[in-house]
Amino acid sequence: MIEKKIPCPSCGTESSAAAVEANLAVCPECGHHFRMEPAARIRYIADEGSFSEFCRNMKSKNPIDMEGYEDKLTEARKKANLSDAVVTGICTIEGTPVVLALMSFSFMGGSMGSVVGEKIARAMLKGVETRSPVIIYATSGGARMQEGIFSLMQMAKTASAAAELDRAGIPLFMVLCDPTTGGVTASFAMLGDVTIAEPKALIGFAGPRVIEGTIKQTLPEGFQRAEFQQDKGFVDIICPRSEQRALFVSLLKAHCPVSWRTSLAATNAALEESAAGGLK
Amino acid sequence: MNGNKNVLERVEELQKLASEAGIDISEELKKISDKVEESSSSTKAWQRVELARNPDRPRALDVISVICDEFVELHGDRYYGDDPALIGGIGFINGIPVTIIGNQKGRNLKETLARNGGMANPEGYRKALRLAKQAEKFGRPVITLIDTQGAYPGLGAEERGIGEAIAMNLREFSQLKTPVICIIIGEGGSGGALGIGVGDKVYMLENAVYSVISPEGYASILLRDSSQAKHAAAMMKITSGDLLSMKICNGVISEPAGGAHLDPAESSRRIKDVIVRDLADLMNRNPAVLVRYRNQKIRKFGHFVEDCSDAT
Repeated sequence: MIEKKIPCPSCGTESSAAAVEANLAVCPECGHHFRMEPAARIRYIADEGSFSEFCRNMKSKNPIDMEGYEDKLTEARKKANLSDAVVTGICTIEGTPVVLALMSFSFMGGSMGSVVGEKIARAMLKGVETRSPVIIYATSGGARMQEGIFSLMQMAKTASAAAELDRAGIPLFMVLCDPTTGGVTASFAMLGDVTIAEPKALIGFAGPRVIEGTIKQTLPEGFQRAEFQQDKGFVDIICPRSEQRALFVSLLKAHCPVSWRTSLAATNAALEESAAGGLK
Repeated sequence: MNGNKNVLERVEELQKLASEAGIDISEELKKISDKVEESSSSTKAWQRVELARNPDRPRALDVISVICDEFVELHGDRYYGDDPALIGGIGFINGIPVTIIGNQKGRNLKETLARNGGMANPEGYRKALRLAKQAEKFGRPVITLIDTQGAYPGLGAEERGIGEAIAMNLREFSQLKTPVICIIIGEGGSGGALGIGVGDKVYMLENAVYSVISPEGYASILLRDSSQAKHAAAMMKITSGDLLSMKICNGVISEPAGGAHLDPAESSRRIKDVIVRDLADLMNRNPAVLVRYRNQKIRKFGHFVEDCSDAT
């Protein structure tokens, strides 16, 4: 049997598929991060066997009767072995319960239609309900055009759920993976309390080709990459896969449930009382 | 259109003749009539797109000049600059103070350049949010007038976080503790429109369009042929009638015969009537209830089936 080789698009080195997989889909030579599917991510982030999935069989309808959309969905389901472009559920990380949502780029480019929007929103609301931090791995080409205006409305829906999380004082940790663009960038992906990016991930609103068409010039090297976004102030941390779990362990400790009991809301109420002369 | 009607009549005649002669050509004839119907619905949708883009349509500032007794424009996002493509300020409608925010397109080349074609940069969205928060603080309702192809897809816009600016508006407008009425007066293009499009009530002028991407963009990306924009316009369901039937907008504001560009003042008065009517209702509601209903409405958008026993 011939061993399957994978060429790295960054350095060109051909590594065995097994070696790349064992290295969290990162090129052993240069550290290039290949795209990664939800199931493989769950294996390195969640405590073993702790992940329990939500709404596994939620399926999209064809809300604007777009010709060919059903066939596209059927094909995508087969190809990605998923019901749509996001997997959500609850798990533990070093024993701490965490709501997890992971997008899949191989399902129609990770595009956000009704199902992605609904599952992301529900995941966030589950975080509010269970008072568990929420971690979202985003990767998406943007809104799913086949669902027309309903896709656009998922931006509002996910942002509305993010507002609820925000108000409840539950942390939202976003991980931006290659690529995160369009309507996903312009909604929940940019609403994390801590924004993490994978090295060299393309992150932006308009696609590079659209921008080149507007400004009629070639974009500079590294434009819209994770490092660029950190430089411009939109990413907190660039974190390679091998260090992500450890990063979450630290972040979760810093956002522990005890501090929520003396939450912002309670402090605000106390301040108002004090302004009214109630507190001395 | 008449041409299409004639073709359809002719098809019917042929059908009759053929059946009299005992020949079955119904399948061929059906193909022809389907094509004709398809082209006529494309034409209708495309006519709306052209009307929505008509340079003589009332622009945000034109509407403001009719609906407000007074208007004071306020500038700047306090971080970077002032965006002439997205304007805002305080106005009085029948004496009621309101904050108005709107995309401002130009009418001629010079104005279009100065207003960047109504395509806002991050500063525009951040100014909009600043003014909306100010309105909330002082108990003024917010009116938004939407008319843009989309946010500006430029280098500087990306560097200054256009995605973040829109995202923040979606989140914060969903929580504004004051009434928000959004009116699409021309083009409602994508995230750039939604960035000032989250509210308690969403209306469209009759010939306005609202879509996830422009018909040209849809044609070039999904149909891989930018000349198919007319066809795409019909497929995407972007007219006011479509959006009303899909319950994305609350109502359609009729335009004077022939379109708003023929009588901008009358069109603006009709917009004012709707605003005045809704303000009377919305301003009487408890702001917390308003926010709850607004978010309940937003969360309902979407079509899916759930055959999951593990529903959560």
